[in-house]
Amino acid sequence: MENAVGQEIDEQDEDTQKDKFLTFMLGKEFYGMEIRHVTEIIGIQPITEVPELPEYIRGIINLRGKIIPVMDVRLRFKKPFKEYNDRTCVIVIDIDDLSAGLIVDSVSEVITIPESDIVPPPDIKKTGNRFIKGIGKVDNDVKMLLDCEKLLNENDVEMLINFNN
Amino acid sequence: MSEQPSNEPMLEIYLYETDQLIEQLENIIIVSEKAGNYTCETVNEIFRIMHTIKGSSAMMLFNQISTLAHALEDLFFFIREEKKQYINFSAISDIVLDGVDFIKVELQKIKRNDIADGKADNLIASIRDLLSYIKRDSKVKESLNQNSVCTKQENALVSTSPKEFQAVIRFEDGCEMENIRAYSVIHNLKQITEDFYYIPEDIIDDDNSSNIIQKNGFKIFFNSDKTYEELHDFFSQIIFLKDLELVHNNSQDCGKHEGANNKSQEGMKTCTNTHQSMISVSVSKLDTLMDLVGEMVIAEAMVTQNPDLKNLELPDFYKAARQMRKIHNEIQQMVMSIRMVPLATSFHKMHRLVRDMCKKLDKKVELVLIGEDTEVDKNIIEHISDPLMHLIRNSIDHGIETTKERLASGKTERGTLTLEAKNSGSDVLIMVKDDGQGLDKNSIMNKAREHGLIHKPENEMLDKEIYNLIFLPGFTTNNNITEFSGRGVGMDVVAKSIEAVGGSVSVDSTEGKGTVITLKIPLTLAIIDGMNIKVGNSRFTIPTTAIKESFRPVKKDLITDPDENEMIMVRGICYPVYRLHRIYKIKTEITEFDRGILLMVEQDEKSICIFADELLGQQQVVVKTLPPYIKKIYQNSDFAGCTLLGDGNISLIFDVSRLILTNKI
Repeated sequence: MENAVGQEIDEQDEDTQKDKFLTFMLGKEFYGMEIRHVTEIIGIQPITEVPELPEYIRGIINLRGKIIPVMDVRLRFKKPFKEYNDRTCVIVIDIDDLSAGLIVDSVSEVITIPESDIVPPPDIKKTGNRFIKGIGKVDNDVKMLLDCEKLLNENDVEMLINFNN
Repeated sequence: MSEQPSNEPMLEIYLYETDQLIEQLENIIIVSEKAGNYTCETVNEIFRIMHTIKGSSAMMLFNQISTLAHALEDLFFFIREEKKQYINFSAISDIVLDGVDFIKVELQKIKRNDIADGKADNLIASIRDLLSYIKRDSKVKESLNQNSVCTKQENALVSTSPKEFQAVIRFEDGCEMENIRAYSVIHNLKQITEDFYYIPEDIIDDDNSSNIIQKNGFKIFFNSDKTYEELHDFFSQIIFLKDLELVHNNSQDCGKHEGANNKSQEGMKTCTNTHQSMISVSVSKLDTLMDLVGEMVIAEAMVTQNPDLKNLELPDFYKAARQMRKIHNEIQQMVMSIRMVPLATSFHKMHRLVRDMCKKLDKKVELVLIGEDTEVDKNIIEHISDPLMHLIRNSIDHGIETTKERLASGKTERGTLTLEAKNSGSDVLIMVKDDGQGLDKNSIMNKAREHGLIHKPENEMLDKEIYNLIFLPGFTTNNNITEFSGRGVGMDVVAKSIEAVGGSVSVDSTEGKGTVITLKIPLTLAIIDGMNIKVGNSRFTIPTTAIKESFRPVKKDLITDPDENEMIMVRGICYPVYRLHRIYKIKTEITEFDRGILLMVEQDEKSICIFADELLGQQQVVVKTLPPYIKKIYQNSDFAGCTLLGDGNISLIFDVSRLILTNKI
């Protein structure tokens, strides 16, 4: 009985989160990610470096007693490093019990992009847009929608390159 | 290990209860078997346990367990009712323990969310066979001295379980329905005692019972802790009572019996008491609690050392802050101690193992437990249970000789195996001691040579080094592989699993006198004593147990070889130098050799010197694991975990053995 109610709430929850995207900025581009992955947004915090990790993993932070790794999305996308300022945000995401913080230039807003307005990314290069799930049209703008799972999990290629070096 | 709270609280409670009952049952059986006798108390206890398991298993729909428990219940019901001196107790102990094993396996499956699919049919069939055999057996014997039905029954019952009190109740003539009145007496009596029986037995269904009560009176035999007067009052309240005989039975025979009961009960109390005063809490909740306490300590530091307070005169504030710190420390210690569990449960499991092995190998071994109330972190207990079993198996199989050999070498017939635990600083020592034949140095050396395990001139090896060869993989001196040991995987598995929890194993032996194996394990995994060091802006923690010394180096001691590897000479021995800032590419101002500090760390008899900027001080730190994401992409990390420092900074804890192994320079 209780379970049934719980499920209903879950479904409702799911519904309110459907098609909602959190948008943020990296340089001049707007990106979006599904809101259901996002736990919270915090300002930049002191980061403890962990040696011998790929460059884009900046280290670990202490989130109220919970230790989570933080990834600089700029570096992840091979963009030049930009000094952190008071606009810099850490988006804490949680995917399959794997928590991580994503460092972005700034967070803008939560918008709704219906499924019909999302188109698959063009095949420019084989590896070029592997983190992009789709491109959403909002009025006259476009937002690149990130694939969070891939952002966290696809690192085999880089690791291999690191080893070879 | 990390117990996920189950979605079904009912199932969790069922598992917990059944686990406890099974453990209790095992203890009872082993204690009674040692005493060579099943007292009526224990039979009742076993009956009760089986009844509970049957009921709860049926409720949770584990039918196999429930039918098995039912069969065992039947068996003990019969034993309870019949003359028990006709019964072969050894067979019963075996079959009950088989049943216990079956239930244990099923419970394990349920815990792992597997389907409990074991079939108990064979076991149940053999229990039934045993029961019918006992029944036939006792019938034959009983028919020999058959008398009038009533007296026989009476005798049987009186001799089965002499009770403290005996009451004969006669009702007034013509009150009628004597059986119903007797029934209400029994009903009332239940409030006073559970331990009674009465004659005639079948008061409600048997029409004859009224007549018997009229003729002989209604006889009740029972035990109670009430005084004679209280009981007399109780019986006097019966309506239509004509005549009451209440006898306090104090005969010799009965006293003896009670004595035996008390003895076995005492034995049981020591093992059951530990459960009774406990509640079960899921480990994950304790982990969360500990995290919270850790956070609280940090939050406190943030308040009391807040930069806003600088240059303010606040004596009252600091007084209050000190008081709070004191309380926090106490809470922290309390939370730590909650995770500590006495070793008793692990130790008591060994009784069963020793019993089974003695039966199979036909040896006589007595297990002596010392210091079983020593407390160790829950996580560690889970890790040492298997190694302990290995060690005990080995001791009985290889160490203790057969009865014949023992007598021939002038030892007592019965071997002694001592399992001892004691605290020693921040470690717990567990010793497995036997008075068997000891280790054979020559055969160890031969085996080691065969397997090419010796890397040292043989005449330079100390006895202790030779003995410790048995912990190397692939080593066994027993030529015959038995059911219990001899496959050569035992000892190195023991050593591995003890090392996994940060402990160590060593062995000492005297030929002909016995062997002692000592396990040294840390009290807890969650807290270590650590030295915090600083390199640039990074903080690191080194477990203090690994640090041999720290010193400020002098430039002239530094040696650089042609490959640019740095070494330092300390008291005539050369150690490699690990410059942390260089290995981890950390920016720091202190790169000059004589401005930093060197820490000499040792693990597994290998030492290195670590170069750091400065020491920050020693403190107890709560170990937190690195985030799973980091672990995933960086598997062979030099770090065992991380910890939060008082100022909220994160410090990385070195895994010293890994650091030495990877050889970064």
